[in-house]
Amino acid sequence: MIGDVRVVADAAGGCHLFGNCGFPAPGLQNFNFKPLFSVGSFHFTKPMLIAVLCTVIVIAFFWAAFRKPKLVPRGIQNLGELGILAVRDQILRPSLGRKGDVYLPFLVSLFFYIFLMNLMELIPVFQFPAMSRIGFVVPLAIMVYGLYLYLGFKNQGAWGYISNMWPRGVPWPVYIILIPVELLRFFIIQPFTLGIRLFANMFAGHLLLVIFTVATWYLASFTIGLLFAVGSAAMVLFVFVLELLIDLLQAFIFTTLTATYIASALEAQH
Amino acid sequence: MSALATAAPVVYQLNFGALGYGLAAIGPGIGIGLVFGHAIEAMARQPEATARISLYMWIGFSLTEILALLGLVVPFIFHAS
Repeated sequence: MIGDVRVVADAAGGCHLFGNCGFPAPGLQNFNFKPLFSVGSFHFTKPMLIAVLCTVIVIAFFWAAFRKPKLVPRGIQNLGELGILAVRDQILRPSLGRKGDVYLPFLVSLFFYIFLMNLMELIPVFQFPAMSRIGFVVPLAIMVYGLYLYLGFKNQGAWGYISNMWPRGVPWPVYIILIPVELLRFFIIQPFTLGIRLFANMFAGHLLLVIFTVATWYLASFTIGLLFAVGSAAMVLFVFVLELLIDLLQAFIFTTLTATYIASALEAQH
Repeated sequence: MSALATAAPVVYQLNFGALGYGLAAIGPGIGIGLVFGHAIEAMARQPEATARISLYMWIGFSLTEILALLGLVVPFIFHAS
C-alpha cells in the first residue's frame, strides 16, 4: 500500500522540502513501536512505559495531596480535593446518589488514570495515547464487568439479578425476542462497547493528528503547496484542541457508564 | 517520444472503505444531534432535573457514538491495496 502511494506521488512530481519524494501514508504501522529494551521474550515498549508512568503519576499525586490531610487545605491538597469533588458531583452523585460514596476512590482513580493515559497523546516526547492499544483497555473493561457482576450477584442474588433485567408487563410473545436481546446486551454488548468506545476514540484521534502532521511536513515546499501546508498546520492546532476535549469526554463517559452499571447492579431497575 | 508518454502511468484507485465509512457516519451524526438537542430542550423546560437528564444524555450519546466508532474498522479492511 505504501509502495503504491509512493509511486503515485513520484509520478505526480510530489517532492517536499527536506528529503526525498513520496508520501509516507500514516496507517496501522504508526501504532507499532520497536521495543525500548527486551528481557528474554518480553519486550518493553513505549505504550508500556506510558502506562507505568501514568500509574506512578496518579498514585504520587493523590499520595502527595492526601498524605497528611488538613481541615483547611493548603497547596496540592486544594487541587486533589477539586478533582475528587468534580468526580463526586458530576459522575457519582447523579447515578449512585449519596449511598454510593463507597465507590468514590475506585471511580476517582479510574477517571484520572484514563484521563492521563489519553492526555499522553498531546504531551510532547510521549505523543501516544496508550489507550489506542486495545491491550490497555481490555483489562479496565474486564475489571468493571467483574465488579458489577459481583455486586449484582451479591445484592440481588444470582436468579434475582438476572430476572430483574427484563421489563415486566409486556405481552408474553414479546419475551421470546426480549429475553435473548436483554441477555445479549447485558453479558456481551455492555462490556464490549465500554472498551471499544475508549479504544476507537483514541485510535481515531491519534491517526487524525498523525495524518495532519505528516501532511504539513509533506506539503511544505517553495511552491503553491506552502499554502496547503499552512492550512494543514492550522488543522493540527484545531485537532489538538478537539482531542483535549475528547480525552476528557472519554474519561468522563467511561466513569459515568461504570457508575451507571454499578447503580443497576445495586438495585433492580423498574 | 515525448516525456509525457514515457512517464509511468498514474493509477488512481477508489477507496471504497473510506467512502463507506463516510456514509456510515451520517446516521450517528444525526443521532448525536437529536440526543443533545432533545436533552438541552428538556433541561430548558425543567432546569431542576438537569443532573438526571444529563446522566441519560451521556448514556444516549455513548450508545449512538459507538455506531460511528464501530464503522471505523471498515476503511482498514476495504482499503485500496
